[in-house]
Amino acid sequence: MVQSLNYLQESPSQTAGPYVHIGLAPGAAGFHTFDQELGQVIAATGVPGERIRVEGVVFDGTGAPVRDVLLEVWQADANGIYPHAEDPRVADAAPGFRGFGRVISDFDTGQWGFDTIKPGPVPGRAGQQQAPHISLWLVSRGINIGLNTRMYFPEEKTANAADPVLNSIEQRHRVATLIATQTAPGLYRFDIHLQGQAETVFIDI
Amino acid sequence: MKPAEFYMRDRSMHPPALHPGYKTSVPRSPRLALLTLQQTVSEITGPSFGHGDLGPLDNDLTLNFGHGGLPVGERIIVHGRVLDENAKPVPQTLVEIWQANASGRYRHKKDAYLGALDPNFGGCGRTLTDENGCYYFRTVKPGPYPWLNHVNSWRPAHIHVSVFGTSFSQRLITQMYFQGDPLIAKCPIVQTLPDPAAVERLVAALDVNAAVPMDCLAYKFDIVLRGRRSTLFENRLEGN
Repeated sequence: MVQSLNYLQESPSQTAGPYVHIGLAPGAAGFHTFDQELGQVIAATGVPGERIRVEGVVFDGTGAPVRDVLLEVWQADANGIYPHAEDPRVADAAPGFRGFGRVISDFDTGQWGFDTIKPGPVPGRAGQQQAPHISLWLVSRGINIGLNTRMYFPEEKTANAADPVLNSIEQRHRVATLIATQTAPGLYRFDIHLQGQAETVFIDI
Repeated sequence: MKPAEFYMRDRSMHPPALHPGYKTSVPRSPRLALLTLQQTVSEITGPSFGHGDLGPLDNDLTLNFGHGGLPVGERIIVHGRVLDENAKPVPQTLVEIWQANASGRYRHKKDAYLGALDPNFGGCGRTLTDENGCYYFRTVKPGPYPWLNHVNSWRPAHIHVSVFGTSFSQRLITQMYFQGDPLIAKCPIVQTLPDPAAVERLVAALDVNAAVPMDCLAYKFDIVLRGRRSTLFENRLEGN
């Protein structure tokens, strides 16, 4: 016999299902209940930083677009500060910066996109520096537990080369799955592949 | 002692990405191992919400869509606490729910089930937990409904639940089922759970004590999010 540790266990995940929009983006489901939907403005007008737009498609294992996906975004401001009490520099976070976004894909094309500012580099563990990145979380019908990944920026070659998370990827050709492509000034493309040759690196955070 | 990373997620209690009995998971499940990451400030922080983000009727689904009338169905309260694995309450965190109406129909342009829409029911709600981690909604009990996983698949009555916690690593979406529903055991989505004990933790109990006489019954549904380590010894999360 041994004493019990008495920890509770995390509630098990279940898929968000096909109608996730009703709860988290009711306007997209076709009706309005809430005065404001959450996650629509990541960085309010006037928040300092380079204005960018990120667009992409999530593809399933057959190469078809996932047309009912919901993505959530979490990122630091242009100085690499998160608007959250656990960031030691939170007192200097940019006013009007939420850092949180929520988008859904187009029901016909699977295309999604969000407007934000480019985040700054963020401190890592043990004095290391992390390259600028945007944390993403995906849910949809058929996804049994939300998938975490990160998007990095192609022009940050030096910072990316020193990034501890990117450097922890054993198959080096897979690093490219986390780096967006720049298609125009301020416009980035970040496609996500749920499986197959180009399977995106998903992270157990 | 200082709070540090969150406990590693025990994935043996969660559904695997690929569960062939739930057919849509087959093309939508990553096949490679997840990348192991030691948490940084990017993971121990997360979005926060305040009362200014919400409206006064957001947690009452019997009223928040109505145009003067009440929805059809069994009136219920759904309440409980959001706790972490250390059994500490998670205050001021956003809980969002969505569900079908009493006839099993979702108010969604992609739902074509012949169960009738209810002019007085939208099907979504949201609230913030109080300082003790408590939350409550008023709604109607959703109906079961058919879907084509196999020809005669029926979902048990369920409410989808989304919770944030205090960090992006605690983000969780799950489903709440109702005590005594014989469809739970037959459901391919419930069956993605690898352990009967995990299923039990998603079944809300009838809670007569919380019912309002002559008004509505109640079900209690506690939600547990990942717990957080304390740094007994320096683990150099913040560095130098």
